[in-house]
Amino acid sequence: MAALMRFGKLCRIKIRVIGQSSSFKGSPTCLLRRTFSIYGRLSQQTFDSPSDKPQFPGASAEFVDQLEFIQPNVISGIPVYRVMDRKGQIINPSEDPKLSKETVLKFYQKMTLLNTMDRILYESQRQGRISFYMTNYGEEGTHVGSAAALEPSDLVFGQYREAGVLMYRGFPLDLFMAQCYANADDLGKGRQMPVHYGSKELNFVTISSPLATQIPQAAGAAYAMKTLNSNRAVICYFGEGAASEGDAHAGFNFSATLECPIIFFCRNNGYAISTPTNEQYRGDGIAARGPGYGMMSIRVDGNDVFAVYNATREARRRAVAENQPFLIEAMTYRIGHHSTSDDSSAYRSVDEVNYWDKQDHPISRLRHYMTARGWWAEDEERSWRKQSRQLVMEAFEKAERRLKPRPEWLFTDVYDENPTGLQKQQEALQRHLEQYKEHYPLDLYDK
Amino acid sequence: MAAAARLVLRTASGAKVLRAGLGWLGAPIRVPHAAAHFTFHPDPVPTRHGPTQKMNLFQSITSALDNTLSSDPTAVIFGEDVAFGGVFRCTVGLRDKYGKDRVFNTPLCEQGIVGFGIGVAVAGATAIAEIQFADYIFPAFDQIVNEAAKYRYRSGNMFDCGNLTIRAPWGCVGHGSLYHSQSPEAFFAHCPGIKVVIPRSPVQAKGLLLSCIADKNPCIFFEPKILYRAAVEQVPTEPYLIPLSQAEVLQEGSDVTLVAWGTQVHVMKEVAAMAQEKLGVSCEVIDLQTILPWDTETVCKSVVKTGRLLISHEAPVTGGFAAEISSTVQEECFLNLEAPIARVCGYDTPFPHIFEPFYIPDKWKCFDAVKRMINY
Repeated sequence: MAALMRFGKLCRIKIRVIGQSSSFKGSPTCLLRRTFSIYGRLSQQTFDSPSDKPQFPGASAEFVDQLEFIQPNVISGIPVYRVMDRKGQIINPSEDPKLSKETVLKFYQKMTLLNTMDRILYESQRQGRISFYMTNYGEEGTHVGSAAALEPSDLVFGQYREAGVLMYRGFPLDLFMAQCYANADDLGKGRQMPVHYGSKELNFVTISSPLATQIPQAAGAAYAMKTLNSNRAVICYFGEGAASEGDAHAGFNFSATLECPIIFFCRNNGYAISTPTNEQYRGDGIAARGPGYGMMSIRVDGNDVFAVYNATREARRRAVAENQPFLIEAMTYRIGHHSTSDDSSAYRSVDEVNYWDKQDHPISRLRHYMTARGWWAEDEERSWRKQSRQLVMEAFEKAERRLKPRPEWLFTDVYDENPTGLQKQQEALQRHLEQYKEHYPLDLYDK
Repeated sequence: MAAAARLVLRTASGAKVLRAGLGWLGAPIRVPHAAAHFTFHPDPVPTRHGPTQKMNLFQSITSALDNTLSSDPTAVIFGEDVAFGGVFRCTVGLRDKYGKDRVFNTPLCEQGIVGFGIGVAVAGATAIAEIQFADYIFPAFDQIVNEAAKYRYRSGNMFDCGNLTIRAPWGCVGHGSLYHSQSPEAFFAHCPGIKVVIPRSPVQAKGLLLSCIADKNPCIFFEPKILYRAAVEQVPTEPYLIPLSQAEVLQEGSDVTLVAWGTQVHVMKEVAAMAQEKLGVSCEVIDLQTILPWDTETVCKSVVKTGRLLISHEAPVTGGFAAEISSTVQEECFLNLEAPIARVCGYDTPFPHIFEPFYIPDKWKCFDAVKRMINY
């Protein structure tokens, strides 16, 4: 609330609060219907009112007789909420979520396991064992902090750099590997490029390559959940680059006008492949767009897993209680290349990358927090590193040995049932393979 | 002005003449906005689906939507202006009856409408999205082709948006010009994973729309807007299904197969009558109904019998859906063909305004094509 009023002053917009929304910590009252309105829509006057206020249906505001443009303020824009400093020390103790040792250890282990899996799978692509890979280096905090703040039944729509969310929810290493190797164990039946994970059981909608398409879809899913009274929220992840797509605008606008219980989680990691943020937008990042849609918004330190956790938790609680969307812009840094098809030294300095790797990393900040409490030390670190590497290598070797899915699966699931025309095409391929089998790698595939 | 609108006569050439009851506006003029280029032929009253009621096309759509909202508590209808009843009145009364949470306006954004609809469907509710004109469906092309169509396949059948149906007014309307007349079915025919359906009449529309809604795959349902008021039939008030991907032989014949869909089916019926009367030629008229996946069997079986095929649609001829039908038929029925397959379609131009009477594949062009095929 305070941040919003400050924002209003920055942009010289008058923000009026009609009704009181619940404050951040522990307020027992939660609103069932949203009465908070930035533009005071509810206080529109009747037409016969004698005072000289604007009557336009499109906006509720005062008249002004001085010509003055609103200056977008990007120098001191929306502030970044954090709980820990870069050394993992709590700044304001009342903001410490005081999670249990077990939970914090889980955060740490999931982030590091993801990191280990990333290293091994990146290498495996370099060795030609898988076709493609994308790492999550530097963004593990955004995944784990937000995933931990949700209920398991909340539906997740991702972009492609959220493997930690799936990992936190318990997606086994075997299935990560199966998807990357496109083997017969892949839940997706080998149809997509690596890292396009999905899990019905874990409520993680399958990733698709086109960017931002998930954003209006997530708004629709949230609307359905509202009408089904399911007490579930939807979280929708995307990068700051994807936020430029028309679909992002569509999703934000729909979620606000249709009052959807959804969290939009933007990972602002500084780059969209090679395009830095100053070529992606000129405004104050993504968070500043939220109020333009009438949406509650916050910017957080994405490398601070507790800040991410706190913001997501509160956003989730209120999104469901009040049926309104929340926008969280998690500032972070993409330490790795965009993908195995990218060499980022072509467009950024090694020094810049090293700074983030060494000075401001979500994993080391959490480790400092843990070691300061005596929950973790060198011994644990050493043995966990060994164990996690072993787990990943086991899954890796198993996935490598597994056959690919049977070729019939090329033709299934286009529709719920195979149409006649497609069946004929399948039969044609079968006949062709019988005659020309030595030219096809059938021995690599399941029968 | 309303009074003046009633004083309209039609000349033999199809041009309208405005009566000069308007006094100071001067002498009557002829305008080329064609009186309809077809006559709507209602089907016989259906007997198998219970009591019927006189309905035009938009009312039959409302009836289908009403049945759906009544029987399926998860169903929602949304799009631009659907709340007050829709620009073509297809959703009149539904918001009052079922509430604002189930029938609601969206912001003006087709990519959002379809994307939102996909999400509703993925979450397990029945989504019926309206695109105000088929001409405006293109911003949603990515969501339809890259997302909706591929949802089930790419997720290994873990997720799908089969609960999604997209409806859009379609086809020429006499004065619609470039952006209120398009028939974009060919763009979507090239997209495995969706279904594309086009009804010719109110009875067909209700049954096919209900089938699309029930179908477990995302469907696009194009509604011939020129028929919204012009087509009136006795339509069952209870829900009923007309199967998808089954073409309908409307009249049997032995010399020429005529294939069309939507409004053009009525043109073909007249062509068949003209061919019989003027040439003694017996035509088999087929309404394709489902463009994707299309019923190759019925069409091929007919061509094997007749040896001649004419396909007609308003959309431009190059890359139009007639090309797909023609290609498949020549593969399957090559030796049965007595003449090259004829396509009588729109020209390869954007849909013109004042030139519509010359653009559309009217009955004379089709009749002429039949004549040439017979004399080949």
